[in-house]
Amino acid sequence: MSSDTTTLTGSTGREVGVNKVPIWRRRKAAANYIALLPYVFFALFPFYIMGITSIKTDEEINNLGQSPFWATGIATEHYVYLANNTSFFNHWFVNTLIVTVAVTIISVSIGTLAAYALARLRFRGVEVFGVAVFITYLIPQTLLFIPLIDVINTIDEVVPIRDTYWSLILTYPTFLIPFVTWLLMGYFKTIPVEVEECAYLDGCSRLGALIRVVLPMAIPGIMCAILFSITLSWNELLYSLVFIQNETAKTISVGVITELIRGDIYYWGSLMAACFIGALPIIMIYGFFMDYFTSGLTAGAIK
Amino acid sequence: MAEIQLRDLWKYYDDVAAVRGINLDIEHNEFIALVGPSGCGKTTTLRMIAGLEDITAGDISVGDRIVNEVAPKDRDIAMVFQNYALYPHMSVFQNMSFGLKLRKTAKEEIERRVNLAAEILNIEELLERRPKQLSGGQRQRVAMGRAIVRDPQVFLFDEPLSNLDAKLRVQMRTEIKKIHQRVKTTVVYVTHDQVEAMTLADRIVVMNEGVIEQVGSPEEMYDAPETLFVAAFIGSPSMNFIPCRVEANNGGLSVRLSDDLTFPVPGDRNDRYGSCVGKEMLFGIRPEHITDKRPHTDPTHHDFTSDVIVLEPMGIDTMVFINIGETEITTRSRPRAVSQVGETMDFTIDMAHMHLIDPETEKVL
Amino acid sequence: MVSVPNVDRAAVAPPPGPFRSRMKKRLGPDIDGYGFLLPATIVMVSLVVYPFCLAVWFSVSDAFVGEPASYVGLENFIYILTEDDIFIETIWNTLLFAFWSVLFKVVLGLSCALLLQRILKLRRFFRGSVLLPFVAPTALSTLGWWLILDPTYSHINWILANVWPFSYFGWGPYNFLGNPTLAMASVIFVNIWRGIPFFIITILAGLMAIPDHLYDAAEIDGASTWRKFYSITLPLLRPVLAIIILFSTIFTLGEFNIIYVLTRGGPMNSTHLFSTYSFTYGILNHEIALGAAVALFLFPILVVIVVFLLRMVRRDTSHEL
Repeated sequence: MSSDTTTLTGSTGREVGVNKVPIWRRRKAAANYIALLPYVFFALFPFYIMGITSIKTDEEINNLGQSPFWATGIATEHYVYLANNTSFFNHWFVNTLIVTVAVTIISVSIGTLAAYALARLRFRGVEVFGVAVFITYLIPQTLLFIPLIDVINTIDEVVPIRDTYWSLILTYPTFLIPFVTWLLMGYFKTIPVEVEECAYLDGCSRLGALIRVVLPMAIPGIMCAILFSITLSWNELLYSLVFIQNETAKTISVGVITELIRGDIYYWGSLMAACFIGALPIIMIYGFFMDYFTSGLTAGAIK
Repeated sequence: MAEIQLRDLWKYYDDVAAVRGINLDIEHNEFIALVGPSGCGKTTTLRMIAGLEDITAGDISVGDRIVNEVAPKDRDIAMVFQNYALYPHMSVFQNMSFGLKLRKTAKEEIERRVNLAAEILNIEELLERRPKQLSGGQRQRVAMGRAIVRDPQVFLFDEPLSNLDAKLRVQMRTEIKKIHQRVKTTVVYVTHDQVEAMTLADRIVVMNEGVIEQVGSPEEMYDAPETLFVAAFIGSPSMNFIPCRVEANNGGLSVRLSDDLTFPVPGDRNDRYGSCVGKEMLFGIRPEHITDKRPHTDPTHHDFTSDVIVLEPMGIDTMVFINIGETEITTRSRPRAVSQVGETMDFTIDMAHMHLIDPETEKVL
Repeated sequence: MVSVPNVDRAAVAPPPGPFRSRMKKRLGPDIDGYGFLLPATIVMVSLVVYPFCLAVWFSVSDAFVGEPASYVGLENFIYILTEDDIFIETIWNTLLFAFWSVLFKVVLGLSCALLLQRILKLRRFFRGSVLLPFVAPTALSTLGWWLILDPTYSHINWILANVWPFSYFGWGPYNFLGNPTLAMASVIFVNIWRGIPFFIITILAGLMAIPDHLYDAAEIDGASTWRKFYSITLPLLRPVLAIIILFSTIFTLGEFNIIYVLTRGGPMNSTHLFSTYSFTYGILNHEIALGAAVALFLFPILVVIVVFLLRMVRRDTSHEL
C-alpha cells in the first residue's frame, strides 16, 4: 500500500481511512536494523582501516597521539611508492591477473564437462566419480603442498615451470575443478531434461546439445562458477608462497607479504595501500555480481 | 511413408521390466493413442520410439528402416513434451527454426515453414517473444509449431495437455485434432486420460504393466473391451462390476446379481456364456445402461427398484448411486426422474450392453 | 483391426543384443560420459591422487630436500608423537582453534542471518557488507587486522586508552600477538571474522526454504517470536546447520593464511596449526618427511567428517531443501 494515499474508497462508495502501520511493528523493524549495525561495522572495519591508513602520510600514521580512525588529508604517496619502487603493478598484479584468467578458463571448462556427465549421463561408476569429486573438493591444500613441490620439480625437468606462474596455472585447478564440478552439478540438475531431449530430436549431438542448449540455460550457474574461480585464484596464498621465490614471478598476496614487510619497521602506509588495491578488483566484481556469489555458495554447500 | 513397427520390444531398467515384449503396427498417417495408468510403460515405449531410451531387446522400425541403434537426431522424429521443453533462451521463431537450422535448411525455406506453421497455430504475432512471456496455452502451441515446422516422419506427444487447466485442455484437444487433419502425419500420442485418447485417436492402445491389453478403435474399446482392465479403464464414470452367478432356466441364461435380482441374458449370447453356467463371474455394465425407468419394448430392457444412496448432479444427467447386493454401483438418470436420497426409485437396465468377465483370467467373454 | 495377443507377464529375459548393446548394458546407456570426465580425471589423478600418495610415501620415509629418500616405517609418526612437544601442542591448538571458531561462527552467523532475513530495505547493502570478508583476499585483509592488533599502532589499544568509558579502567596496552593466550584469541577472532559470511549465506538459504505458512500457523496458534524460532526455525534448519558446521570444520582445521600472516605459529609455537607446522617442517626446515607426517594427521579427521557429510547430503536430497 503506497504511503501517500490516506484514504481508499470502499465498495459502497464510502471513503475509508488507511490504517497506519502499527507502532510495535515499526519498532520491531527498526530494532532489526540497529541490531545489524554491529555486524556491518565488524565486517567492514579492517577494510576501512586499510583505506584510511593508505591515504595518510607516514608522519600522520606515526603520530600515536592522534586518532588513528581519521585522516586529516589525502596523501597519495604510498600508492606512488607502490608504483615506482615495487613490483606491485608491473609484476604481481599482472601475474595474478594472468593466473586468474587462465585458471578460470581451464577449471570452468573442465569442470563443466565433468559436471554435465555427473548430473545427466547414466553410466557405470557415475556415483563413484561423484563421491570422488566431493572428497577432492574437501581435501585441504595443507595435505598436498609438500608433494606438489616434487611433482612440479618433475615436470620442470621437461617443461620449465618452476618459479613461474605456470606452476600456479597447473596447480590451482586442483581445488577449483572439484568446486566448479560440484557447483554446476547441482545447477545442471535443475534444468529440465526434456529441453535437452528436444534438442537431440531437433538434430543435436551430445556436445551440440550441451553447447547450444544446456549451457545457455545454465548461464547463471556458469557465471557463478567463473566468479568463484576468479575469487579463489585471486585470493590463493599457500601454493604461490611455496612454489614461487622469484620476486617478479610472485602474485599479489605473496608479494605483499614477503616483499613489503621488511625487518621490524613496517611501512604501514604502503602495506595498507597494497592490501587495499589488491582486494579492490575482487570487491568490485563482487559488488556487481553479488547475487551470483550468494546463490553459488548456497548451491555449492547444500546441494 | 512412415509406418512404425514394434517387434517384441523389451525395456529393462536394471532388473525391472518396464516394457515386456510388446508388438504393435502403426499405419502411415495414423493417430495412435497409448493410454494406461502411470507406470504402465507407455511413456517408455514412446521414448524408445524417439530414441531417448535404449532398447533392451526387440526391434523398432520407422518407415522401412530398423532404428534400434539410430541416434534420436537421425530418426526424423518430432516430439511435444508434457512441460513443452521450449528453449528459454530463444525467441519463438528461433525455437521453431532450431531443428531446421541444424539441418542446414535454406533461410527462405525456414521462414516459409515457420510462417506457415505459425499461421496454422495462430501464433503469428508471438514469433518474437520469449517462452517466458507466453501463457500455458501459447507455449503449448509453440511446442507443436516446433514439431510441425520440421515436417517429420513421426509426431510424438507425451501427455501434452496435462499441464493445462481443464477448459484449455478441451480447447487444445480440438485444436490437435484439427491440426492432424490438416498436417497429415503419423502420430503417437501418450496420455493417461482416456477421454483424450477416445476423442483424438484413430486407434487406442491400452497398456498395463508393460504389456498391451488391447488395440482397437475408440468404439471397439468402449463397446467391446477384451479384458477387465480395459473395461474398467475406458469410460467415465467407469463401468460397474458386480459379482454374479450364471444360471440356466427354460432354455435361456440369466445372471443372478443378488438374492432378489436376476436378469435374463440376451438370447444371442446363450452360446457365448453357455460354459459359465453355475460359475461365479463378474457382471459388467456401464452407468448409462442403468437409467431411470422408461417405457420400452425392447426384450433386453428390464425394470427393477432400488434405494437411492447418493446423488451426484452433473447438469445434463444425475449420477445415482445404489446398492446391488454388497456392491455400490453408479447409474445415470435424467435429473427430473430422480428420487430423493433414501427413497426408492425405479430403474431400467439394458442387458444388450452387459459384459461377462471371468474373474480368473480377467478376460471379457 | 488386428488385436495383438497378450504376452505372458512373467518376465522372460530378453536375448543378448549386438556388441554395442552389450557394452551399453554393462556400462550404462551413456558411454560418452567417460569422455566428459576424462580431462577432470587426468588433472585430479595427477595433481591430487598422485601427490596424496606421494605424501603418504614421504611420511614413512626419511625424505629431506635434495637427498634420496628411503623407507623408515612409522618412525616419523612415532617421533612427532613422542618426542616433539610442539606437535602435541599443535594438536591442542588445532582443536581449540577449530572449536571456538566454529562455535562463534555458528552463533554469530545464525543471529546475523535471522536479522538479515527480516529487513526489507537496504537489503543489498546489508548483505553485501557482512559478506565482504568472505570474498576479499584473506592474506590481504588479515594484514589489515595485523595493523589493528599491532602492539604500537593498535586501534584497539588506542580506544582502550583514549575513549571513555574504557579509558576510566586503565586497561592495556596489550601486545595481542605477543602473548600466547591473546595471540590464540586473536587468530580465532580473525578466523571468525572471515568465516561468518559462509554461515550467513547458507543459513539464509536454509531460512528461505522454510515455508511461510508454518510461521503463519504458529502465529495463529499464538506463538511468540522466540517460540517460533525454537519450535520451527531451529528444527527445520538443523540439517543445513549440521552440513555447514562440518564443512566449516574442515576448512577451519586446514586454515593457513590467517596464522601465517598474523603469527607464523608464534609466539612460542602457541598458535601453530597442522598447516603452519607442516609448512615449518617441510618448507622452512626442509624436513619433507616430517612435514608430510604432520599434514597427514588431518586425514583421519577429514575422513570421518566426509563420511558424515556424504550420509547427510544423500539423506537430504529426499526432502529437497
